[in-house]
Amino acid sequence: MSNPMEKLLELRRKAEKSLREEKFNAKVRITVGSATCENAAGAGEVFKRVEELIQRHNLKDVTLSRVGCTGRCDMEPVVTVFSQKSTPVKYITMTPDKVDKVFDSHVIKGTPVKSMAMPHTDMTNTDFTEDKLWADARLTDRFSSVFGDVHFFGKQMRMTLRNCGVIDPEDMDEYLVVRGYQAAVKVLTEMTPNDVVNALTKSGLRGRGGGGFPTGVKWNFALAQKSEEKYIICNADEGDPGAFMDRSTIEGDPHTVIEGMIIGGYAIGARQGYVYIRAEYPLAIKRLEIAIAAARKAGFLGKGIFGTSWDFDIEIRLGAGAFVCGEETALIRSIEGERGMPRPRPPYPAASGLWGKPTVINNVETFANVPVVILDGPEWFASIGTEKSKGTKVFALAGKVCNTGLVEVPMGTTLRDVVYGVGGGIKDGKKFKAVQTGGPAGGCLPESFLDTPVDYESLTAAGSMMGSGGMIVIDEDSCMVDVARFFLDFTQDESCGKCTPCREGTKRMLEILQRITAGRGVEGDIEKLLRLGDTIKRTSLCGLGQAAPNPVISTIKHFRDEYEAHIREKRCPAGVCSNLLTYTIIPEKCIGCGACKRKCPVPCISGKPKEIHEIDQARCIKCGQCLEACKFDAVKRK
Amino acid sequence: MKSALLLKEVNKAKEVLPESVIRYIEDCASRKNPNSHLISVLHKVQDHFGYLAKEHMDAVSILMQIPSAKVTGVASFYHFFNFAPRGKHRVSLCMGTACFVKGAGKVLDKLKDHLGIDVGQTTEDRLFSIDVARCVGACALAPVMIVDEKVYAGVKPDQVAKILTEYGFEPRKAKK
Repeated sequence: MSNPMEKLLELRRKAEKSLREEKFNAKVRITVGSATCENAAGAGEVFKRVEELIQRHNLKDVTLSRVGCTGRCDMEPVVTVFSQKSTPVKYITMTPDKVDKVFDSHVIKGTPVKSMAMPHTDMTNTDFTEDKLWADARLTDRFSSVFGDVHFFGKQMRMTLRNCGVIDPEDMDEYLVVRGYQAAVKVLTEMTPNDVVNALTKSGLRGRGGGGFPTGVKWNFALAQKSEEKYIICNADEGDPGAFMDRSTIEGDPHTVIEGMIIGGYAIGARQGYVYIRAEYPLAIKRLEIAIAAARKAGFLGKGIFGTSWDFDIEIRLGAGAFVCGEETALIRSIEGERGMPRPRPPYPAASGLWGKPTVINNVETFANVPVVILDGPEWFASIGTEKSKGTKVFALAGKVCNTGLVEVPMGTTLRDVVYGVGGGIKDGKKFKAVQTGGPAGGCLPESFLDTPVDYESLTAAGSMMGSGGMIVIDEDSCMVDVARFFLDFTQDESCGKCTPCREGTKRMLEILQRITAGRGVEGDIEKLLRLGDTIKRTSLCGLGQAAPNPVISTIKHFRDEYEAHIREKRCPAGVCSNLLTYTIIPEKCIGCGACKRKCPVPCISGKPKEIHEIDQARCIKCGQCLEACKFDAVKRK
Repeated sequence: MKSALLLKEVNKAKEVLPESVIRYIEDCASRKNPNSHLISVLHKVQDHFGYLAKEHMDAVSILMQIPSAKVTGVASFYHFFNFAPRGKHRVSLCMGTACFVKGAGKVLDKLKDHLGIDVGQTTEDRLFSIDVARCVGACALAPVMIVDEKVYAGVKPDQVAKILTEYGFEPRKAKK
């Protein structure tokens, strides 16, 4: 039998040949972004229209395929048109009607439609060939060099997401062409488990799920355990609201995750892997199933993978909507078919995990980085980032920011560079108020912290945390007390109820916050929140409780004046908390049309037709209907 | 040894669940750690019926030989499972952070107001039910409202009624 690497390279050559013949040598190749978010934006209809047009014109040399998400969420659906010797053009916010125009002009007549293309596309760059997409050794620079969208990709470094938006996630051949499974075969044939663990340790890769525990150390611990049975689990239970990094990774490049797991399994001695994924991600589940089936068929999973003597297989397990199951011991219980409640550690899962066997749990993004470490070397990986945080981090940048999207930056990039550089600043010219990182476990950082570098230690020191990668930009229109209440509402609801500090404590904190936002806050509430928060942090069983007070503590620390305005002046500075608002009619603007009076449900607005109206504050229920009804901006909310 | 009584129970349970689920349970029984598949079995039952009734869970309990208390305990732990029939059209509002920051709370208030029900409830005519999604991960489209499979992006409170009428909502009738 020829050696496994030879066999893999042979498979790749075959894949490349057939891809070249079937897809890439076409005169025009069209890709449609089709992750969940793009489908939500209408990518399905766009894809169908392109398909129809190709058939209608009977074009044999035009090919069409789906790709994952390139991260330009606010411009979806994105359609990219590739043709040899001209710039790939990304068309944004496409609709079936726009497709008609682009198809007619660009595909048939060869003239790109600049008005519909992504802004700043460099149409003069004519030396593009498909090879550039595939040949680039590390692939990390190709987004800006190939797609030209330097405004968005320029400050980024696509490592985890290197293939997202480039390859067809449902076609394993395309993954093979971008050095797919080469790291796995290299590990299986040239390295001992110890070598792999050492490489990971040397690379400095740390857990991307939020904890930041060094991956190499974790693997080493599991490797040292003497057990016939061990397990490796991929945590894809991305529960943070406002986070979609893992979903996009799986939807855009599922084979990378599988390859990372194969390597991890070999390193620690696990022959069985599990992917624990949210049931709320049907498309990610489907793509992963397709990828696993393809890998199995090719002999990359199952008995004697890649023709070696190593057995490894992966099974998908569905979550069922419990945030706490992102915690590793709770996740294990859930895979076992139980209520997903955490247990005290130690013993750590690496010693006693799934069914009492040594188990390693890593996040999707961590696994996606593993092949890069192996292929490009731990030294190269360690050269990116800061002293203690190596590599890159993917963020789901959302909220009141111009460029919403999935971004990946080297560790150490400042928050300012992410929000203003990649994100393009605040929407509608509003004023920046805070950036929230780390989801319900993280905190809100104000403008004075914008120069904080993005790494595990700096974010924690600033009072927030890295978390799994949600990054929500908040502007002056949001009330920070209300934001804190929102997160507490979430964690309180998701608390599994096993330990008292979390179960009862978060409930009491939420009650206080509800009181404050309802205008019934009393002097001493802030101190009470801080004291409760401190107790919950120190005494809760798992990470959920230990981090639950963070949004409250960080908003008190940085926005104490807003809390005080609510409590002392019964005023919501941002104009959000409805109980604390007053609606008044501006006499100079009121023409006495009566529109507000007719809408008022109480009714508390008085005034004769054509005379200035007035709101009876004592009876007003602050529903805001008068404000919506008035066509003359005569109702003021304060 | 299976008693005649148990066999009777098993046959009764088989009448409750669809064939595909029964086959799946039997398939799981032949694998290692069969009980660990309880959650995926419950997923399949809910896929079929739209919710988990007591009789469905009891049938799962008999067929998987897991105590009924545990089946109920597991099912009730996870938000994904619901125990009452849902409306013909399921209106789901995303309450992720991005949607929240962009005003999803006001959209939800309007939705509750129009339909006269709270989150997790179904209207009397069984036409609509409201759910709150933690985050659907389409943050660029915030606030997001999903009716059945269709996604509505950038929803404003005053658009809610119009969207609902597409699904047979009559403003006067629904509000008591």
